[in-house]
Amino acid sequence: MNNKKEKQKNILQKILEILKTMASKPSGLIGLTILVFHVVLAITSPLYVPHDYKAIDPTLMLTPPSSEFWFGTDSLGRDVFTRTILGGRTALTVTFFGSLIALLWGGALGIFCGLVGGKTDDIVMRIIDAFLSIPWILAMLLIVSLLGTTTLVLIPALGFFYGKGIVRVARAATHDVIAKDFIVSARARGHSNFSIIWNEILPNVRDAIMVEGAMRWSWMLLGFSSLSFLGFGVSPPTPDWGLMISNARGLMSFAYWAVLAPIFGLSTLIIGINLTADAFAKALGIDRSTKAPV
Amino acid sequence: MKTSVQEIKDLTIGFQSQKGEQISILKNISTTINKGETVGIVGESGSGKSTLALAMMGYVKHGLFTISGQCMFHSNNLLEMKNKELETIRGRKIAMIPQNAGQSLTPNLKIGYQIDEALKLHTDLKKEDRDKKISELLNKVRLPSPDTMAQRYPHELSGGQQQRVAVAMALAGSPELLLLDEPTTGLDVTTQAHVLELLNFIAKDTDTSMVYVSHDLGAIAQVSDRVIVMYSGEIVLDGPVRSILKNPIHPYTYGLLKSIPKLTLPGLPNSMSGSQPQPGSIKSGCSFYERCEFSDDNCKIKTPTLEYINDLNTYVRCFKHKELTNQNDLNSQTVKSIENKILKNEILDLSNVSISYAKQKFLEQLFNKIEDNNPTVKDIDININKGETLALVGESGSGKSTILKSIAGLLKTKDGIIKFEKDKVLSNDLKERDNSYLRAIQLIFQNPDESLNPNHTVEEIISQPLRLYFGLKGQELKNKIIEVLDKVRLGEFYLTRYPRQLSGGEKQRVAVARAFAAKPDIILCDEVTSALDVSVQAAVLNLLQELKEDFGTTYVFVSHDLAVVRAISDRVAVLYQGRLCEIGPSKNVYKFPSHPYTEVLLGAVLEPDPDIKPKLVAEDIVEEKPPENGCSFQGRCPRILGDICKNEVPPWQTSESGNLIRCHIKIDDLKNQQSLN
Repeated sequence: MNNKKEKQKNILQKILEILKTMASKPSGLIGLTILVFHVVLAITSPLYVPHDYKAIDPTLMLTPPSSEFWFGTDSLGRDVFTRTILGGRTALTVTFFGSLIALLWGGALGIFCGLVGGKTDDIVMRIIDAFLSIPWILAMLLIVSLLGTTTLVLIPALGFFYGKGIVRVARAATHDVIAKDFIVSARARGHSNFSIIWNEILPNVRDAIMVEGAMRWSWMLLGFSSLSFLGFGVSPPTPDWGLMISNARGLMSFAYWAVLAPIFGLSTLIIGINLTADAFAKALGIDRSTKAPV
Repeated sequence: MKTSVQEIKDLTIGFQSQKGEQISILKNISTTINKGETVGIVGESGSGKSTLALAMMGYVKHGLFTISGQCMFHSNNLLEMKNKELETIRGRKIAMIPQNAGQSLTPNLKIGYQIDEALKLHTDLKKEDRDKKISELLNKVRLPSPDTMAQRYPHELSGGQQQRVAVAMALAGSPELLLLDEPTTGLDVTTQAHVLELLNFIAKDTDTSMVYVSHDLGAIAQVSDRVIVMYSGEIVLDGPVRSILKNPIHPYTYGLLKSIPKLTLPGLPNSMSGSQPQPGSIKSGCSFYERCEFSDDNCKIKTPTLEYINDLNTYVRCFKHKELTNQNDLNSQTVKSIENKILKNEILDLSNVSISYAKQKFLEQLFNKIEDNNPTVKDIDININKGETLALVGESGSGKSTILKSIAGLLKTKDGIIKFEKDKVLSNDLKERDNSYLRAIQLIFQNPDESLNPNHTVEEIISQPLRLYFGLKGQELKNKIIEVLDKVRLGEFYLTRYPRQLSGGEKQRVAVARAFAAKPDIILCDEVTSALDVSVQAAVLNLLQELKEDFGTTYVFVSHDLAVVRAISDRVAVLYQGRLCEIGPSKNVYKFPSHPYTEVLLGAVLEPDPDIKPKLVAEDIVEEKPPENGCSFQGRCPRILGDICKNEVPPWQTSESGNLIRCHIKIDDLKNQQSLN
């Protein structure tokens, strides 16, 4: 039991150390700050929203920013500020769990293919290649129109489509360690494939996969917002940045505020995640600039 | 009066630590390289020898900087020159030959083109003259048919030939000073001897000054006029090669020479304890104090200076050098002779084993057969007795590691049977082998950096076999791990360390501990000492021998180093191109008569003694494939008889002392021929 506690303490220490290294550079610090701000905002925003996000008031249609409505109102007279601070909630939740699923299945399949090699690897990778060649948005639209736009459909679907890339990264990372003698040694001892993956390979490829997962998160966020923009993501009246941009873009020439606020929210979040992922990679000793993304 | 080419004055190079301290890698180095002189710089890894060699070219690695001192080439201080100015010196006046020629040549440019580039840069010759010069240079480094050679790509050449091309490129600018960073490490013994002989010839022929950097005292002994021994960033000994190697008056050199296994002295060499101190950890006193067997309290407080000894023409950094002047026991050293209790029952029996790397064709896959008339390894018949150490010796490509992998079940055999304890046939497929057989055969690898998982602690590494084979858990597991660690002389505090926090020797000890944790009957050792420094090598060999005596384990020991094999093995099997040439008790194999290939190998061994020159009997051609018919060694054999060697597989013959030799030449004839040399 003592051992376990010590281990937990070690892990905690390691995480703190990584965070410290990440924050030691300006880009990492900025990225982390933005990300933390967005996450905190998404969790706590319902507690202090100034207005009701779905209260429609035709008399207040497209009012410019004022002390009452900080970011103005949209075409239905709803408060843009309220909708903006609430608008990241669905996107963040869906994509967070989506990238977690992508990470899990992509990582597991990638490591497995890298380890077993041979025909199994060939067949699986060709299937992955085939999926990679299909524009994801087409396939997503098909799934969404068949099964509906509930989060229970969106999370696994996004997780599946964004996991394909992770398979390739995990497989390549596995190939880096598979030729090392400690794997040969484990094989010669007679360990099972599962034990080799869990004990010998995973600790060595974990970092690469986690960084890739963080990167995929920002891509998925963009993807999810695109879906909402096209009307296949979040259903109204739930506030969502993609949907807000889509609704307000026609009125951009005279009511810029309604489109500017969600754009600001979306772009800062994506930049924040990207900067954090880069800093995370550098803190773990993986330099993404030397490795081309697959 | 000799003219000096390079003069290094009080050079200190170091780096800034995270705490802001200046830590020196090189400390107050002063030395002079004279014209036409060949200087060997020796030291173990981390002694600063490569940093010194680079500084001689005016290059300081990123992160390091010159703290004080100068590096004068004629009247210029290289360390203060601008890059533009250095360009006129590098290549033209000072050239460098890197360690791994295969990696230093551009793979997609022809050899001739690459030498031409060097000529364009460093000489003012015209195109026609350059072409002439290219074949002249290739001729000089003794590459056959220079004109066709110039049209080849680097991968079409063997390792030795690539190294020759690197030499030719370095000579393109006819430099005054040639720096060689471990020029022969990684080459086969016979190739190494040939390359060194060539470099020796070039040095004398062109009157070029050469600086060899190497950890191999054997190679240094063959080529240098003067030797500089480095330890922990300092010069500890500097003098003529004979006085340094025959009468080393510094305890470090003395210990180093004693820890090298020699062909003439059977048995295990003495090992030096401890390891080189971390840079910056020694504040006062002698840096060798911790490991020195001659030290006293004075050595701990006072720092010795480099002192000139007139009789020996040598500089030495030691208070106690007088005590060592009369120590003349280098060649009569007390080596531990190995005594293994060998039981006459076979523990492992390889009969008629052939292994092929050929890819199965579609039809063969269906019938699960391999059609290959000329497999990489063919007809291996070896019996190994319990408690014995059998060594497999040969150059790269001789199939020795391939055989080990097959025994371990990592590689399928094409034909033949491997039996364990007389009657238990070991399956060809690792997955079909019983767990108890897997436990009985353990592997130790060449490079502990690769064989230990970098993300596991020592505890996790050693727990793997214990959990797998014995199902140990919790406190019981931990106790067992501590017990195993103790056997390889590592304390309990190593449990939480990661491999990167250990020295090379400690890592290999952990690898040994992991193998022994399984309580194996047989341990397969694949070049276990070749990645280690000599003093560490001796310690690991001693450890393996002690563990063997305790547990009665059987070793199959693969090595290319005949002297190491001589020290540790009971029986030796010599392999060439995957075929057995000779097998017998090790004391007989090292005596004549022997198979012509063994003779070539033995002749090429470099002893750390300038008076024992290697005998170069055969050409160092590299054959890519074993010949389909006849004797495997026909392509390089200096004693080839004629068509019989090309057409018929030679028979096994037993010599009077009991070793088996596979050769067409009659034993008595072999004996007569070999005794003539």
